[in-house]
Amino acid sequence: MYTGREHGNRRNTTEAPKNSQGAAFPPTFSLSEVKNKQRRHLMFMKLKQEKRKQKMQLKKKRRKEREALGDKAPPKEVPKTIENQRVYDETTVDPEDEEVAFDEGTDEFSAYFNRLTNPKVLITTSDRPRGRTVRFCEQLATVIPDAHVYYRRGLALKRIIPQCVARGFTYLMVINEDRKVPNGMVLCHLPDGPTAHFKVSSVRLRKEMKRRGKDPTMHSPEVILNNFSTRLGHTIGRLFAALFPHDPQFVGRQVATFHNQRDFVFFRFHRYIFKNEKKVGIQELGPRFTLKLRSLQKGTFDSKFGEYEWVLKRHEMDACRRKFQL
Amino acid sequence: MADRSRLCSVWLGSETGILKGVSLSRKQAFNFCQVSSLSRDQEVRALCWADPAESELLVGSVNGTVKTFSTEKGLFTESRSCGDPAEDGAFTGLAVADGALVTCVESGKLRVWKEESSVHVLEVDAGKSVWRMRQSPEHRHRVATGGKENGLRIWDLQRPEQPVFAAKNVRNDFLDLRRPEWVRDMAFIPGSDKVVTCTGHHEVRVYDPASPQRRPVLEAQYGEVPLTALALVPGGTSVVVGNTHGQLALLDLRKGLVRGCLKGLSGGVRALQCHASRPVVASCGLDRFLRIHSLEDRTLLHKVYLKSRLNCLLLASRDLEEGEAAEEGEKKEVKEEEEEEDEVWDAMERVEERGEPKRKLTGEEEEEEEEEGVRRKSKKKRKKGQD
Repeated sequence: MYTGREHGNRRNTTEAPKNSQGAAFPPTFSLSEVKNKQRRHLMFMKLKQEKRKQKMQLKKKRRKEREALGDKAPPKEVPKTIENQRVYDETTVDPEDEEVAFDEGTDEFSAYFNRLTNPKVLITTSDRPRGRTVRFCEQLATVIPDAHVYYRRGLALKRIIPQCVARGFTYLMVINEDRKVPNGMVLCHLPDGPTAHFKVSSVRLRKEMKRRGKDPTMHSPEVILNNFSTRLGHTIGRLFAALFPHDPQFVGRQVATFHNQRDFVFFRFHRYIFKNEKKVGIQELGPRFTLKLRSLQKGTFDSKFGEYEWVLKRHEMDACRRKFQL
Repeated sequence: MADRSRLCSVWLGSETGILKGVSLSRKQAFNFCQVSSLSRDQEVRALCWADPAESELLVGSVNGTVKTFSTEKGLFTESRSCGDPAEDGAFTGLAVADGALVTCVESGKLRVWKEESSVHVLEVDAGKSVWRMRQSPEHRHRVATGGKENGLRIWDLQRPEQPVFAAKNVRNDFLDLRRPEWVRDMAFIPGSDKVVTCTGHHEVRVYDPASPQRRPVLEAQYGEVPLTALALVPGGTSVVVGNTHGQLALLDLRKGLVRGCLKGLSGGVRALQCHASRPVVASCGLDRFLRIHSLEDRTLLHKVYLKSRLNCLLLASRDLEEGEAAEEGEKKEVKEEEEEEDEVWDAMERVEERGEPKRKLTGEEEEEEEEEGVRRKSKKKRKKGQD
């Protein structure tokens, strides 16, 4: 039925010597040899249906066997995902490790985590920002309590930093813009803390979000940090945590989430409401964006002479798809 | 403690104040710290061997104390306060010359301390800022210093009034502007008077005090970020440099060309050292790893995660790392074989009482001579048990 009448003669001549050899060689026939598009399409659909039928039959058979075995059935196989197959990172932090605990307890964020300072964030952009970036900064300022947006009048960051320190700011956030779209972020912890440089992508402003709630209120949000497991991940997680005040105001029912997956950090801002003890309703407010860490520099912003604690080296680090840094 | 410290062939100082010893053959790292009081002001800034036999280490901390650590005993034996960190800054170099301790601090004061006194015998002002001080391996009384806007100066501690050699800055550039200088690390090339330095402006320069010119004899550039560490390859013709991005490069000093790069580091390099006999280079830095690369094929041989940022590094030259590994390997095999063959030995002993034990003893004595004596106690116990 598949063999086209045009090929009939050729097939007969080729089949005869093969059969005479003894080994049954199935005539390889590829759909792409059929020149008629309609017929080819029909044959392809039939092939797909056949395959699908066989797959469903196999599934049914397996399900029957599983039910027949009952309790003795082998456990269901877990599909392999890249997160499952992640190469074990030796820098993964062990919660009971004293040395790492001491290192974290006395690092640059210790002032925040010992409740000695409150976060105060200065948000600015690269020079001459366009509308989208300006709106993004304004929305970020509503999400982060005690954030102030300033226009960057072409000032040098190295000169802004001592002034910020003098005025009691704890963070300097610079949103970099390229072709009217925000694409980078420099987050500098102020007294003498590390500077992280991120690549920003997928920025969705408030009006672009579907089914969003009303604007966020002035209450301090809760912070969720997911999946920062390695030592570098811990540092970045602490960097994000120190942006927000210590005590969240649960009255506001707002939560900011930094979710790390495959070295991308996804930021979401939601308002939640408990409908009953088991059901929660959430509505997304606020901007959403993804960050990817490009470098972490020790000390305040000094890209030329600063020492880097971690630099993304794409060709070396991207060689293995299952190895992640954060 | 003592047996652990005797196994270590690489010593590192960290920012948390812990002295770490790594045994590469066993792939284990040990922490040696004083009591359980860790604090950031004990951050280790300088490490050096106290004696040529490499039985004691001198550890210089940010709070101005220099502690002596004995590798035989595995303990800190002494501690002396050398200067006030508030006015001096941290240590940038430690050396031992004729039994006296030579320290250099960031403010430029180069001091010589005699034993057990808290007042320095000699003080030399080596400029306003010194980022590194190194001692010449051939002439132990010669030291080199360099820093930011402070060129290379070679001092002779026996004649401290004037430096033996003071380098001159290179010529102005094509716009007739003064080229800034910032010496970050230096090394003395064996077999001649030459000194090679690496700068914070990504240059590697070779100076020759024997020649009449005070400007560099050779200048090479690498990368776009400051070079932070330098290590001479034994042989004296090439040098390994590291920069703040974690790039390690092998440069040839005959023409100033980059021979190749060593990959793997992700953070700024703080210290580099080449092994005296084997073609390996050890590097440590802000990414909390110790890495050992082979210089011949530029592959990574060992990578050890040490949980704090590492500031300085010292390699032991007494046993080869791989040689120690081979011995350790033999010891390990021997140990496993011994454990497995215990029953075999028992069986053999019962059969022949006189002949076998003697043969076994001599065999074990030979092994003991090879070993560093770690398992002597356990072996003796075993022998006693069997006898």
